[in-house]
Amino acid sequence: MLLLALDTATPAVTVALHDGSGVLAESNQVDARRHGELLLPAVHRVLGEAGVGLDAVTGFVVGVGPGPYTGLRVGLTTAGVFSEATGVPVHGLCTLDGIAYAVGLAGLEGPFTVATDARRKEVYWARYADARTRLTDPAVDRPADITDETAGLPAVGAGAQLYPDTFGRVPEGMPVHQSAAAMAALAAEKLAAGEDLLPDRPLYLRRPDAQVPAHYKVVTPR
Amino acid sequence: MADEPLVLGIETSCDETGVGIVRGHTLLADEVASSVDEHARFGGVVPEVASRAHLEAMVPTIRRALKNAGVAASDLDGVAVTAGPGLAGALLVGVSAAKAYAYALGKPLYGVNHLASHICVDQLEHGALPEPTMALLVSGGHSSLLLAPDITADVRPLGSTIDDAAGEAFDKIARVLNLGFPGGPVIDRMAREGDPEAIRFPRGLTGPRDAVYDFSFSGLKTAVARWIEAKRHAGEEVPVADVSASFQEAVVDVLTRKAVRACKDNGVDHLMIGGGVAANSRLRALAAQRCEDAGVRLRVPRPKLCTDNGAMVAALGAEMVARNRPASAWDLSADSSLPVTEPHVPDPAHPHGHGGAHGHDHDHVHELSKDNLYS
Ligand SMILES: [Zn+2]
Repeated sequence: MLLLALDTATPAVTVALHDGSGVLAESNQVDARRHGELLLPAVHRVLGEAGVGLDAVTGFVVGVGPGPYTGLRVGLTTAGVFSEATGVPVHGLCTLDGIAYAVGLAGLEGPFTVATDARRKEVYWARYADARTRLTDPAVDRPADITDETAGLPAVGAGAQLYPDTFGRVPEGMPVHQSAAAMAALAAEKLAAGEDLLPDRPLYLRRPDAQVPAHYKVVTPR
Repeated sequence: MADEPLVLGIETSCDETGVGIVRGHTLLADEVASSVDEHARFGGVVPEVASRAHLEAMVPTIRRALKNAGVAASDLDGVAVTAGPGLAGALLVGVSAAKAYAYALGKPLYGVNHLASHICVDQLEHGALPEPTMALLVSGGHSSLLLAPDITADVRPLGSTIDDAAGEAFDKIARVLNLGFPGGPVIDRMAREGDPEAIRFPRGLTGPRDAVYDFSFSGLKTAVARWIEAKRHAGEEVPVADVSASFQEAVVDVLTRKAVRACKDNGVDHLMIGGGVAANSRLRALAAQRCEDAGVRLRVPRPKLCTDNGAMVAALGAEMVARNRPASAWDLSADSSLPVTEPHVPDPAHPHGHGGAHGHDHDHVHELSKDNLYS
């Protein structure tokens, strides 16, 4: 097994190569505005460090969000086209599940909440019984609207750090950003156990803003 | 000829997911998935709706293009993509896809300019572009007069719209007339039953002191809207066919007059017209007549090649390969305002091209300062 995992659903651009027993190489950068520029060079670097080509990969793993759309699509497009070009399957994983798994690896036992920044004063979030068990569907909400559901639970992720009034205690030493290494490890574990992963389709959780810009571009006749 | 470059092109600058495949000047496949119906009720393209549709359509459209072209991905000589200008989020889907595809196949990547692609597509219809080429590009997103001595390296803007694009004006007038979206085809159809001389609408920027090659359609749009409102206020029926014909005449009169003038002033004996509005039947007819009178040869690709498509991107990519232009870097950006003066976006570390696209030849790094097109 050789999994190439990538996630661009949060400010992190993260790529990792995993052989089923451990991570061979990884790249982690945080730059919310440059997903498109950073991802392919990161893939190239990770493969180079491991001394393999893309054709050696036996499966792609991609974070399907939830996350701000523009960045999210960079990873989904890249993984989908890699899969098409190489004929190797692509598996989706909920981005919040990757963070939960990383939190478990860092030593936090459940239950806890994972929250990422959804911008517009909202968070993407879900509740977990433990690092492998999500209790709620990923959702997008204003922090003030979910205090009842997250009260008393430790919380992790950039969304938890942004809204301490809602999420309260953020345990020390927990990863803040998404890690493709954790996602790859989770996917490897699930695949080895014969579990289904998600299709590589985006979790937007919001309807598109239906606003036509002042100088919109249009299609004319065909 | 089998040794001409085989290139796949991806276009996602607006609401068409286009994938085309060409061999040199020969069109092999031109697949387009459009999200236009999803935008119709908003009266214009909603960027996020377009971007979502691009992601959905990308892989199936690539697959269809390869199948219809009857070529194997491994035989491609390169992958070209619209790097800009266009809607940022929409461009990013295409650029990400092209990078992933080129990388997975081990082929060079060519980020190219959408406007230069609109010009270059005519090579698929009428063979090699004359040099220089004069081009009038008219669509919902652009209205430009461009002089291209070398479509891969030297494209010069002579004029452009200072407010609305020509296609935008068609959409807005169609909306005022309750004809739906997009406005171009329906106004063209209505106008056939109308009298283009019925109402004398203003011709923007045609005064003696106005910019010779620039366009303006905002004043025209307002004048037409006011005229319609006045009729409605007076309780009279709006003569939709006459308004359509007269409005359309005002647009294509200015476009063709300025384009032919640009040819004469610059000693160019060919005029190329591209972009979605080039499908307008009255624009084609008037351009043909005025070009003939001026001794200028008119080149207009078939309508499907005039609207946004992947074949035009592939056509320019193939020209880049044929002329040994440098490939783009893996960190190529989607640039929503890529200037028309940059027909492609070469790797700044290899600005001169070496045939081998992504070699690790650092001999030319010292030339960065004088050749870097990005500062
Ligand atoms: Zn266009």
